[in-house]
Amino acid sequence: MTLTPSQTVGPFYGYALPYEHDWELVAEGHPEAITLSGRVLDGAGEPVPDALLELWLGFTGDRGALLRGDGLVSGFGRCGTAPDGSYRFRTVRPSGPYLSLQIFARGLLRSVLTRVYLEDRPDPLLDSLDPARRRTLIATGSGDSYHFDVRLQGTGETVFLDF
Amino acid sequence: MPPSPHPPNQSPGYRSTLLRAPAQAPVPFKTDPDAIELTSPVFGHEEVGALDADLTRQHHGEPIGERIIVTGRVLDGDGRPVRDTLVEVWQANSAGRYIHQGDQHPAPLDPNFTGAGRCVTDAEGRYRFVTIKPGAYPWRNHSNAWRPAHIHFSVFGRAFTERLVTQMYFPGDPLMPFDPILQSIPDAAARQRLVSDFCLEITEPEWALGYAFDIVLGDTPMETP
Repeated sequence: MTLTPSQTVGPFYGYALPYEHDWELVAEGHPEAITLSGRVLDGAGEPVPDALLELWLGFTGDRGALLRGDGLVSGFGRCGTAPDGSYRFRTVRPSGPYLSLQIFARGLLRSVLTRVYLEDRPDPLLDSLDPARRRTLIATGSGDSYHFDVRLQGTGETVFLDF
Repeated sequence: MPPSPHPPNQSPGYRSTLLRAPAQAPVPFKTDPDAIELTSPVFGHEEVGALDADLTRQHHGEPIGERIIVTGRVLDGDGRPVRDTLVEVWQANSAGRYIHQGDQHPAPLDPNFTGAGRCVTDAEGRYRFVTIKPGAYPWRNHSNAWRPAHIHFSVFGRAFTERLVTQMYFPGDPLMPFDPILQSIPDAAARQRLVSDFCLEITEPEWALGYAFDIVLGDTPMETP
């Protein structure tokens, strides 16, 4: 069967795909909460103000992927970028070494998929990359606050996965 | 395995790709059976509301336009249904205007139409939306550029690697050959996959025209050696 091809998310998803508390995989004050934030940048280093990011931890959580509740954990979140290209998620640490991050935007005919490693460590994917590219998958920060920029193109272009 | 149906991200005819399409080839990771990308969020039917799938009943009055039913199945590459997966849609109104504040096309907004819907597929992988037919609208990609009428679709599938955002078009739309977004797909059969079929069996007498649109998601990497 012919598979259904991808098309861009376009510029106007903003009234449809976001949902209540979508960037908060855990409620404020959760004892294990960490913040993951950063910016999405284009090939000229300019912020991408109309990207949509989806974060996936590999488990659905307590109440399904969309619903949120006090003290409950979801494994899925969404965040649209602000005019300065920034995004943020409040989440818990993944059970493994990385979080999965998918990025949609006007100008991306197909979404791109990457990984956010919270620390540099031996890893089959990381070890297959040259050092400069490896660095693009490793968040900076520690404790309860991490930073991860997505560079869609050009100098420091983020490693995207073939899927 | 057939070639990828997807458009190359670098498609210069669609100007927004020029500074946004990655220049480097994506990196394979398919040898990792524990990759979390091979799993997907699970959606419960309680996560969507009863009116979320009827875009004509989300306001006090009825929207202006040609009432339509859009329905189909979400299938995997072997034709098996993908059940309990989230399908989201968004679209312009019948005048070709999005409610999004960034859309400044001088066509009227409709106070009775938002243009966003959600549903979760049933045991046969089926979804169904009631809406109105969206209008074509101009954009600034090139001189006298118009998008063919389309409905945006977002589907999850069984793995985060199957995650798909796409657009559904209408049969016979004369704008399709001129649209660099649709034409970015190299293969004609793959482009045709995005064109819905008018269907008299789905059409309800004296009520709404019916369109059929099936969505076929790729196998997860682990299933295609």
